Amino acid sequence: MTRVRRWLPGLLLVSPSIVLIAVFVYGLLGWNFKVAMTDQHDEISPGHFVGLDNFISIWDQERWGISVRHSIIFTVVFVVGALALGWFLAFLMEKGIKGEGGFRTVYLFPMAVSFIATGVVWRWLMNSGTGEQAVGLNRLFHYLGLDFLQWHWFRDQDWGMAAMAIPAIWQMSGYVMALFLAGFRGVSEDLREAARVDGCSEWQVYRYVVLPLLRPVTLSALIILGHISLKVFDLIVAVSGKQIITDVPAIFMWTAVFDSHDPAKGATIASYIVLSVAVFVVPYLIWNARRGNRS
Amino acid sequence: MAAVAVSVAGLLTLTACGGGDKGGSGGGQAAQKKVEVFSWWTGPGEADGLKAMRGIFEKQNPNFTFFDAAVAGGSGDQARALLSSKLQANQPPDTFQGHAGAELQGYIKAGKLESLNFLYDELKLKEVFPQQLIDQISVQGQVYSVPVNIHRSNVLWFNPGVLKTAGIAAAPATVDEFIADLAKVKKAGKIPLSIGSQWTVVHLFENVLLGSLGTDAYNALWAPNADWSNANVTKALENFKTVLSYAGTPQEDWQPAAKQVADGEAAFNIMGDWAYGYFHNPPDGGLGKQSKTDFDWAASPGTDGTFMWLSDSFTLPKGAPNRNGAVAWLKVAASKEGQDAFNPLKGSIPARKDADKSLYKDYLAWSLEQWSADKLAGSIQHGVVAPDAWKTALSDAIGLFQQDQDVAKLQQALVAAAKAGGQ
Repeated sequence: MTRVRRWLPGLLLVSPSIVLIAVFVYGLLGWNFKVAMTDQHDEISPGHFVGLDNFISIWDQERWGISVRHSIIFTVVFVVGALALGWFLAFLMEKGIKGEGGFRTVYLFPMAVSFIATGVVWRWLMNSGTGEQAVGLNRLFHYLGLDFLQWHWFRDQDWGMAAMAIPAIWQMSGYVMALFLAGFRGVSEDLREAARVDGCSEWQVYRYVVLPLLRPVTLSALIILGHISLKVFDLIVAVSGKQIITDVPAIFMWTAVFDSHDPAKGATIASYIVLSVAVFVVPYLIWNARRGNRS
Repeated sequence: MAAVAVSVAGLLTLTACGGGDKGGSGGGQAAQKKVEVFSWWTGPGEADGLKAMRGIFEKQNPNFTFFDAAVAGGSGDQARALLSSKLQANQPPDTFQGHAGAELQGYIKAGKLESLNFLYDELKLKEVFPQQLIDQISVQGQVYSVPVNIHRSNVLWFNPGVLKTAGIAAAPATVDEFIADLAKVKKAGKIPLSIGSQWTVVHLFENVLLGSLGTDAYNALWAPNADWSNANVTKALENFKTVLSYAGTPQEDWQPAAKQVADGEAAFNIMGDWAYGYFHNPPDGGLGKQSKTDFDWAASPGTDGTFMWLSDSFTLPKGAPNRNGAVAWLKVAASKEGQDAFNPLKGSIPARKDADKSLYKDYLAWSLEQWSADKLAGSIQHGVVAPDAWKTALSDAIGLFQQDQDVAKLQQALVAAAKAGGQ
């Protein structure tokens, strides 16, 4: 009885969220996978189990290849860009800049904006007109006499998705900065002092003492940015809408479900998005759990 | 933007449900009276038109109250997403807006719509709508919607000043002339043809296809087992490639593309006739340009004598909570009075042949005249000839073509899309 008394209240406290998550996250996730493994290619037919056929046949579609490629470019540019910029900003802050609080707030502000709002503004900034039709950033380049910098931004066929990552970097680098700044502050002064006493230059202190200690922070930032990036939808819809030139899996999923009326295809794409995010998140969770056990 | 609209749509459903519940608890009679009309007419012009029709409806049917369940968003993308989830859950609105033609086929196949033949017979609508229109919206002899308005897809908009500088005397009558004119404009240093985002290129595609193939061959493409692999289609696709090669940098949407023509940066733009309102209306909704001097129009090249139409229509979903109210609304939507109230405000022409011609001025007068005389062809982009899945496949193929310019591959994709979509 006393035993029950020990665990029951706790269980009762968390059970509503367990139930809700079981139904609305894992239940619907399971249902999605189930639909993805049927041949329900319109909204009426009941659909029969076809195993992994949809998962294989989607690779025959040119649009899928393009959207995967776009997603990879976007992810690499966005994650590397946001990490680098965020780290750099944190580094500057850590040097004890005057008015640090003010800067910190300014860099964090973009976080408060939704991707939709960011997208609407950057759509104008990244207008693809050049020469006489230039507006936004291209116009700015023109005023500065830097016309050679004008390009088609997200409409560039090969590197458009890299341009698409710029607003995302703008938005998230402040957040990464906050993470790194906390990390920097967590490195005790004693350690740095010790390294300096051992004859390290300031650069070597960062290279061999601070950076290795930031690894957990970097990893967290990587996971957070990575999963945002793999399922990005709102930013791209706001900047360019449904166009092949900026297609990503989430947009493809939207057209498959609501335009082509093909639930199985939409569910297949959704499954791939979940799996790709899982590739990021699951190892992190395992690593975290192990670390938790060790300590 | 879509996500915002979707969440707004979600809110709307919530409030709509809330309203229904209140009606229920307040007594069955209140719920009986409400007629929920689902549309995506929220912009300037279209919302005014809807309001005018609503006025007539409420005057004629004092027993019913009109409930406006409009969902914002351009061509109805968001509205349709919400609608299909409502229909799947068997909670249809009393009547909803849809593009007349193939776009409704999914709903028809799913058995979500009631045939309106009884209404057509009762109101003798088959006599007042053009026969070809009835043919093109019928599915196995049944009509499922009431067309309220007609828009025209095949319009070539141009800037007379730019044409003059480029040494072009009149709007091109054929696709070959068009291509020659585009070259002249290019030489004169202006953008020959302005385009917007991907869907405007699909719009251009349907016009070049119609202009190159001619009306009968174009219409034949939408029959089951149609031949998309023949040499004429190849020729049309080659034309499309050539025309596209003269296009300027893609703009964000159709308005900035149309604006390039109005501003004299570009010579030509192929867009539906909703562009007229944008060119002509006073500056708070349009560009305030003078028709015939600042901008002018003609049938898009090679399509004179053909009216490529699209139409907004209203339907009767099976299991509509207030069927009588919905039928009363459809009667207003089909009436001469209703259509003449709606269309001058929306900037379209009535589907009926007996409309009051004096209400339609300038472009609309021209359009109305063509509507009663021309052969008809249905639009691809705007849901008349190809069901959604087929249309999406076409649109994907054209989006890919914009990147690789491979005509043979485009044709293959079109053949495959027709095979999958035409069953």
